[in-house]
Amino acid sequence: MSAPLPFPRELALRLLHDMVRIRRLEERAAELYGEGKIRGFLHLYIGEEAVAVGALHALAPDDAVVATYREHGHALIQGVSMQAIMAEMYGKQEGCSRGRGGSMHLFDAATRFFGGNAIVAGGLPLAVGLALAERMQGGSRIAACFFGEGAMAEGAFHEALNLAALWRLPVLFCCENNLYAMGTALEHSESQTDLCAKAASYKVPAQAVDGMDVVAVQQATAAAVQQVRGGGGPFFLEFKTYRFRAHSMFDPELYRDKAEVAKWKERGPIHNYSARLKALGLLDEAGFLALAADVDAEVEAAVAFAEAGSLEPVDDLLRDVHTPEGAS
Amino acid sequence: MSTRTTYREALREALREALREALQRDPRVFLMGEDVGRYGGTYAVSKGLLEAFGPERIRDTPLSELGFVGAGIGAALGGMRPIVEVMTVNFSLLALDPLINTAATLRHMSGGQFSVPLVLRMATGAGRQLAAQHSHSLEGWYAHIPGLKILAPATLEDARGMLWPALQDPDPVLIFEHAQLYNLEGELEEGVVVDIRSARVRRAGSDLTLVAYGGTLGKALAAAEQLAGEGINAEVIDLRVLRPLDDATLLASVCKTRRLLVVDEGWRSGSLAAEIIARVSEQAFFELDAPPARVCSAELPIPYAKHLEEAALPQVPAIVAVARTICR
Repeated sequence: MSAPLPFPRELALRLLHDMVRIRRLEERAAELYGEGKIRGFLHLYIGEEAVAVGALHALAPDDAVVATYREHGHALIQGVSMQAIMAEMYGKQEGCSRGRGGSMHLFDAATRFFGGNAIVAGGLPLAVGLALAERMQGGSRIAACFFGEGAMAEGAFHEALNLAALWRLPVLFCCENNLYAMGTALEHSESQTDLCAKAASYKVPAQAVDGMDVVAVQQATAAAVQQVRGGGGPFFLEFKTYRFRAHSMFDPELYRDKAEVAKWKERGPIHNYSARLKALGLLDEAGFLALAADVDAEVEAAVAFAEAGSLEPVDDLLRDVHTPEGAS
Repeated sequence: MSTRTTYREALREALREALREALQRDPRVFLMGEDVGRYGGTYAVSKGLLEAFGPERIRDTPLSELGFVGAGIGAALGGMRPIVEVMTVNFSLLALDPLINTAATLRHMSGGQFSVPLVLRMATGAGRQLAAQHSHSLEGWYAHIPGLKILAPATLEDARGMLWPALQDPDPVLIFEHAQLYNLEGELEEGVVVDIRSARVRRAGSDLTLVAYGGTLGKALAAAEQLAGEGINAEVIDLRVLRPLDDATLLASVCKTRRLLVVDEGWRSGSLAAEIIARVSEQAFFELDAPPARVCSAELPIPYAKHLEEAALPQVPAIVAVARTICR
């Protein structure tokens, strides 16, 4: 259980801190949803934090990231401010997408965060194209694409893997296998439930990883990134994880039983990792409380920022459908 | 003094020279699609370009419209200027998701952060007995979508000249090439510069405004010649740009002629012809001396048998007959 960590204490604590940031941001967002401050769909990542945190901490800051509609965590860890994320969920023009996207469409050019894509598997071909552009321009940045296991039933998954492998493009395919595509379990949607076998059929190297263990995620991703950046072509990582909350705020969870959820919660990524840090003497209870207080302050500042934000004038309704002349 | 070049291979050669020029002028430009390279292009448009520019920039793709159109969007996001060729508009339906859900929305969803400078070319239209899965005219459908710009070259000049301004446009541009026009012959001045924002009067007249585009322009001009023999002097407008529509040119013509007949190879219901008539009715109703009229394709999948295919499409005699009716 308490094997020494393969990286310095600073990163070890940073991983915990970032997982807690996602957790508290989303717990607060769920409360705000209940208050009617946030509307539309709100898909929580709670339970899956180790994946985004571990994987994104293995990428370079300027690598391109393409994510799904369950992307608050990815946006946050890629470097989008919690304030801009919260303001976006509030529909305020100070939001990271000026309030035009909402929870499902967080974007940020500065951190090369390409969304926030709410068509399942829609982001995969984009990542292929980003990687193609990078290689044609002689760069060394890679494109990391996050998607759920549900995306693997879509044609876009198969077309994207084929193109990336055929052209040996620097794409890191990150499958977040949380076992359910909304309410449909993997075995009810796939004839082949071995996801790595699917990727391998396109000659893409594939590896399954414990997605509840942030250390395992970070290490596996770092190794895959090295291979991808070194010209080895695409790589597929399957992170086995679990969504603790409902699919969205409208999901009565008829498709899974409470015992299963409880069993996965015992493997909660934050709980287990903080226990491990404590066992290793890298963290004590006071340290954890200080960390949590720090995060809570960040969350409350984000809420205050969103509350104080402004609504875009309706006169600007038609902006950003096309690029204004001279803007690009 | 301008020089004149005869395009013996006709419009297809004008398209090829436009591609060649773009590839020479801008290292970010590349062409990608099914059989664009080794085969030389389904309609031989890109013949010889592979030898000139190599397989990275004249990139053959698998039969994977969803994948490579999506990758084109990603490459555009990544700083390239891709020209993606889809074999026919019917096949482009396999790529509707990336086109409509991503290319057309990204600028807006991201609050103005990500423009998609993608150019998509495809063949459209009937007339070669290719039946119901290779012959449809769905450009009017695409023209429904905010965020897209839709072009329909009907002349050598536009075939040669529209590509470069399309590549300069920061947003997605779809170019529909009517399959019957690839063999259109004629002469063309070198160094032609055209805009991609206006309709053009191709024949001046005073009694009737005939509106056409793409594959129907030639038919409208032929009908106008015939009508001239009967003392009806028709003005023929080539729409060129199907979205956004150039209302000003349409209205100026109709206010002069007081009569409107739209010729559209799309189906009648919900057609571009319907949109044009609506706009003219909204803005110039009291200028009209006769109800606006249209000649469209019959509402059925395009049949194979030659006589039935001809009967399904707008033809010169029908245009002439309707024109006579509204000019009575």
